[in-house]
Amino acid sequence: MVDVAAHEQDSRVVPTKLGLLLTFMKIGVVGFGGVGPWARRIIVEERGWLDEREYADVLSICGVLPGPNVGNVSVFVGDRFHGLVGAVLALSGLMSGPLAIMLALGYLYELLGGIPAIDSAVGGVGAAAAGLFIGTGLKMAQRLKLSAAAVGILVGAFVAVGLLRVPLVPVILTLGPVGIALAWRYRW
Amino acid sequence: MSDVWTLIDLFVTFARMSLIAVGGMQSVLGEVYREVVEVRGWMSAADLADLIALAQASPGPNGLFSGLIGLRVAGVAGFFVGALAVALPPAILAFGMSRVRRRLATAHWLRSAQAGMVPIVVGLVLAGGLVSAQAADDTWAKIGLTVAVSLVVWRTTWNPLWLLGVGALIGLARL
Repeated sequence: MVDVAAHEQDSRVVPTKLGLLLTFMKIGVVGFGGVGPWARRIIVEERGWLDEREYADVLSICGVLPGPNVGNVSVFVGDRFHGLVGAVLALSGLMSGPLAIMLALGYLYELLGGIPAIDSAVGGVGAAAAGLFIGTGLKMAQRLKLSAAAVGILVGAFVAVGLLRVPLVPVILTLGPVGIALAWRYRW
Repeated sequence: MSDVWTLIDLFVTFARMSLIAVGGMQSVLGEVYREVVEVRGWMSAADLADLIALAQASPGPNGLFSGLIGLRVAGVAGFFVGALAVALPPAILAFGMSRVRRRLATAHWLRSAQAGMVPIVVGLVLAGGLVSAQAADDTWAKIGLTVAVSLVVWRTTWNPLWLLGVGALIGLARL
């Protein structure tokens, strides 16, 4: 596997193990409000480890996998260059910075959470954060140019989870196969 | 509080969620509210909204809010258990997929699977936003803020960090 990767990209840069760790550490810390766009920019443009098409391929597979997308990307990129060790280094690098910052913030908040000014400020951030999710969803919906059937599935998932508070597993088990069958049939 | 069973409970809850979080952790947000507030009774919806806001305001993968929930429920050990539960199971799955990816990359069924899941993911992200808004918005000004941020994120490419800062100011002004 390593040989194949090396042949395919003789002109591109192969990262060292330390490089993997440090670069993913950087990706983890610079990405405020979602790391996706930063990961592409740093891996493709800054470091040149993958070209645009390879990155899109990796991302499309990671998009079907569950869990944090950039976490999956780090595992793929790490494995590609340095196998299991590379995957572990890339994922640890990505997670270590944010975890340290979040632990510090969370600990501070547990200490200071009773102070009215802090509570009010965090409450306001919460209202803005809800808007981030809604805006992201609207943006995704608009970009996709969905067919009528796909819109039906979208609305079904929204109503079931957002309004009726149905548990997620039955929703995915019901709507998932329908969506995939339609996608297969009509080549979305 | 921080006994072994609580930690196991935390791990199982978030590991399960991380493995159904197709399209990233934001698609299980509604499920997180349901589990943490309604099923487990670990905290109120408003408290959970605060922790998710705190995670949004920190750098890195957004799904790590599970660490903050763990911290609240079971202290520092809970923080690491919550975060690992979200990071580790999908990473193991991704490693397996990475090993077979060359055969998968061009498979028609993979593209269909992805295309078929996309509308569900979008619906779940919107549902998560609605559930968060219901938990966070206790005044008209905050409802207005949520609507305004939704429109800005949808229509512009502004950095969301500034919007969170505006949110903090509006919160401080007690509006």
